[in-house]
Amino acid sequence: MDQPPVKLYALSTCGHCKHTKQLLDECNVVYDCIDVDKCDAEERQAVLDEVRAVNPNCSFPTIVIGDKVIVGYKEAEIKEALGL
Amino acid sequence: MRNDVRALYERLGPLQEKKGYPFNADVETVESLLEGLLVNKERYGYMSCPCRLAVGDRELDKDIICPCDYRAPDVEEYGACYCALYVSPAWNEGSLPRDTVPERRPIGRLPY
Repeated sequence: MDQPPVKLYALSTCGHCKHTKQLLDECNVVYDCIDVDKCDAEERQAVLDEVRAVNPNCSFPTIVIGDKVIVGYKEAEIKEALGL
Repeated sequence: MRNDVRALYERLGPLQEKKGYPFNADVETVESLLEGLLVNKERYGYMSCPCRLAVGDRELDKDIICPCDYRAPDVEEYGACYCALYVSPAWNEGSLPRDTVPERRPIGRLPY
């Protein structure tokens, strides 16, 4: 089964974000990851608009798997959305 | 554990435990989060929450300077703060479910 596109919005300092990255790596998922705290001001605004569009709380981690949005490190939900 | 992280661990741990907020028993998680606090101290001049995006303005970030304004209600309701740095004794004993703590910070408070 083809893996849906995966995009992770994270913070480099956040423990839950680190666990999410570890899970995706362990599952050999190909994903796009943005550490928002490391973005410059202009890039950050554009990325925050993306996050807010799918998660009004603008909290992290926010992960978009295909058309599914998961907020927080929720291993079971992430695996299910990946079809694992 | 890095020396600066260990120093923070040994200073904050007993201090906050006396207030009823022990560290998460998972030392690896605590170590990672304390590193995050030190990164933010370096960036902004104050230990902004490692799991929330700060803007570098102390006034706008003051509710998320660790320990954040939301630790007490989060530990009360979920047994852990948003980051799972501080927990309740029961949480550490494993007698509470380890649910993901949702963001309690009001959307209206977000400075971005």
